[in-house]
Amino acid sequence: MDWGSVFSQALQSGLGPTAVVYALAAIGLNVNFGYTGLLNFGEAGFMAIGGYFMAAFITTWGLPFWLAIAAGLFFTVILALLLGIPTLRLRADYLAIVTIAASEIIRFTLGSVTLLDWFGGQDGLIHFATPFANANPFHATIDLGIVSWRPYDFWVLFLGWIVVAVGCVFVWLLMRSPWGRVMKGIREDEDAVRSLGKNVYLFKMQSLIIGGLFGAVAGFFVALQHQNMNPTWVATDTTFFAYTVLLLGGAARVLGPVVGSIIFWFLIQFLDVMFGQMTSGSDPIMPTWLMDTDQASLMRLIIMGLALMLLMIYRPQGIFGDRKELAIDAR
Amino acid sequence: MSQAPETTTEGRETHLAAAEGAVLRADDLIAGYLPGVNILNGADLYCQPGELVGIIGPNGAGKSTLLKALFGLVRIRSGSVMLNGEAITNERADTLVQKGIGFVPQTENVFPSLTIQENLEMGAFQRPKGFKKRFEFVGDLFPALVDRRHQRAGSLSGGERQMVAMGRALMMEPSVLLLDEPSAGLSPVMQDEVFVQTRTINRAGVSVIMVEQNARRCLQICDRGYVLDQGRNAYTATGRELANDPKVIQLYLGTLAK
Amino acid sequence: MPAETTSPASGRTALADVPHEPGAPKPDPIVVADNVVRRFGGLTAVDVAHVEIQRGAITALIGPNGAGKTTFFNLLTGFDKPQSGEWSFNGRPLANVPAYRVARMGMIRTFQLTKVLAKLSLIENMRLGATEQRGERFLGGLLGVWRGQEAEITEKADALLERFLLAKLRDDFAGTLSGGQRKLLEMARALMADPELVMLDEPMAGVNPALKQSLLGHVKSLRDEGRSVLFVEHDMDMVRDISDWVIVMAQGQVVAEGPPDSVMSDQRVIDAYLGSHHDQDLSEDVVEAIHEAAAEEVDATAADADPEQTTHGEQS
Repeated sequence: MDWGSVFSQALQSGLGPTAVVYALAAIGLNVNFGYTGLLNFGEAGFMAIGGYFMAAFITTWGLPFWLAIAAGLFFTVILALLLGIPTLRLRADYLAIVTIAASEIIRFTLGSVTLLDWFGGQDGLIHFATPFANANPFHATIDLGIVSWRPYDFWVLFLGWIVVAVGCVFVWLLMRSPWGRVMKGIREDEDAVRSLGKNVYLFKMQSLIIGGLFGAVAGFFVALQHQNMNPTWVATDTTFFAYTVLLLGGAARVLGPVVGSIIFWFLIQFLDVMFGQMTSGSDPIMPTWLMDTDQASLMRLIIMGLALMLLMIYRPQGIFGDRKELAIDAR
Repeated sequence: MSQAPETTTEGRETHLAAAEGAVLRADDLIAGYLPGVNILNGADLYCQPGELVGIIGPNGAGKSTLLKALFGLVRIRSGSVMLNGEAITNERADTLVQKGIGFVPQTENVFPSLTIQENLEMGAFQRPKGFKKRFEFVGDLFPALVDRRHQRAGSLSGGERQMVAMGRALMMEPSVLLLDEPSAGLSPVMQDEVFVQTRTINRAGVSVIMVEQNARRCLQICDRGYVLDQGRNAYTATGRELANDPKVIQLYLGTLAK
Repeated sequence: MPAETTSPASGRTALADVPHEPGAPKPDPIVVADNVVRRFGGLTAVDVAHVEIQRGAITALIGPNGAGKTTFFNLLTGFDKPQSGEWSFNGRPLANVPAYRVARMGMIRTFQLTKVLAKLSLIENMRLGATEQRGERFLGGLLGVWRGQEAEITEKADALLERFLLAKLRDDFAGTLSGGQRKLLEMARALMADPELVMLDEPMAGVNPALKQSLLGHVKSLRDEGRSVLFVEHDMDMVRDISDWVIVMAQGQVVAEGPPDSVMSDQRVIDAYLGSHHDQDLSEDVVEAIHEAAAEEVDATAADADPEQTTHGEQS
């Protein structure tokens, strides 16, 4: 067992681009669900719109990078409006159903054969990352001892964590302000907030748009990270992993999504590499009747699932949450 | 509300001495909902067989909490509860129902989609064979329930629901009935009826402990009363004594009622 | 935004000449409602032909449970839509105006089943009640221009919490409050908006009698400041003590109006709502009397249903 290698690969994952993507998606869900109580189950859909439209505007329609980003953000707002206008006046469950359906529709449509020329079908889009890659100031491998990254990956994660930091400040400023207070009030009881003269519908729409925009930025980064935008990055499990990350870190806490993402991706990789090493070679440490190489790659998901169940039982407030707040629900 | 509550050892001892033979008795209860926050800070209470005991006091004093603690709905952190001499501290509510404690919560105390009869059947859930006999007993107390037993409880008025809730609690033949603000939200005429019903139930042999905000009416019908303040007993005396005590009037009853 | 300060007595004296009839017109109404009908399936919950609420006075709305009082509140404030009807606030028609706009116009209501924001602290609940907060706009919130205003709001909130004896719990979660304390918080929060018309739905339910009394003084001072108050309550001592005018609803309709004394001695009101013994102590005789009266009523309903049978034998 090479624990050093296990640890460093885990750390690489926990601090790497994937963790950035999920941190951003989870921040968006935090705004929607953690602070406002909106059941947005379609964050992957927002990621898809962001990533795909940015990529498509560059490769298919030849727009410069920044205009493509702007287009991605613009269409995300349109999506949020399309989803919000019919549902936000109704009960919370309607938004949940509509957002799940929407993100699946978006994924299938964008990956369809009919739109192959625009969005690349199941293989997706490539070559859009060139302007981004050309701007990379890092040319050699970044070696920090325990961890090392290729220059492109480091470029992505470097910018990514900066954007995450900006996002956290943004959320922090908003949620401590009276605007944030109205959101939290809406989460608790909409009618009470209405009776105090606040336009609840408008506030919910603003929240949905902001959460969606964070999803779009996550979509930009997932596309840039892989230098390829295709439907697998925005499948159903994406939203659920993002929720996991959020609950792990603690909902309605500024750093919850960030720490949750780092820890989640650290652990997944840790388990993956560890089980991989334990079952590899001609004389593996793990007896083959207990676990073999094929099974090793699945074990991480099983163990993570188990760990999450235990988390929900023993520490449902997540890492940063306050047990007392949850106890109030029982009162 | 700055009067220091009675916590002298002397006062406690006199109180405890009179608690011999009580059907339900609580000693020095400390309890709360959130970790680290106590609502009850050493409350004592007892109810002799056949007594009607009232609990009044300011908001947040812990009246409902005390009742729920007696019934196993709130975790007791320290102190003891005894039913006919048997310790029942922190026992689950469903076991307590079988042992003879009935509980009528303040809100949502009937099943609105079920008929009156079905509500009463739910009350006798743990002892279905005894249903007929108990139904007769409850019917004698509340004849209106028998007449309209196929009416959905959700379509009843507030006072009528209160009757159903109390009837349901009586189906298990409790030796002591706990009532949490039975008159809450009811019109004056219904409030009077509820107080009269409570008196009638008590006369039929059921000990009653009731928490009330309508302190005036409560003290008029109860044998003994407790004034709870900040989680412990501030005063205890007969209903009439409390109703006429100038300090109690000033602090807890208000002078509006003539 | 209170109306021009009317002198304390003017709200009441203006009502001196108003006839004691349901739907009686008032000299200076702040709310006027016509033909407001709300049906739920086959049940008519509200059917108010005409009612006017006098400005600068304290009006009580009483009536049995199920009379439609809360539904009427919901209709007036935009939380529910009637099948038909017109009503206005300061002359401005309110039909189809959403609830939040009604609140902004100066008509603030509380809820019968309290709606405190459980995971917010008391002081945050209170701050939420203030209107026209710059920080509640997205950009205003982000750019932090709300500090000064927030300090003013907090001062006002603390003063109100003090008044309602909730100051010590300022930083606790509202979800930890007892039922009566929640009523107090909701009333205090409603006052943060400086409403012109305060509509309180059972504000004192579950509030201890001694505290009730001190709060009545506060409600009276609302009127003395020039505001109008409309409240639903079951506590007749309270109604008699502070209301200038009483409106009685039963089965969705306004059945009586007048000053407290006249309404409370109206036989129909006594029969349906107050009970013949509401002013007496529950002595043994009174308890007997009530018990017998209830038994008689049961027999009467049974006899109506089936004239051949009575469920109980002869009365003594």
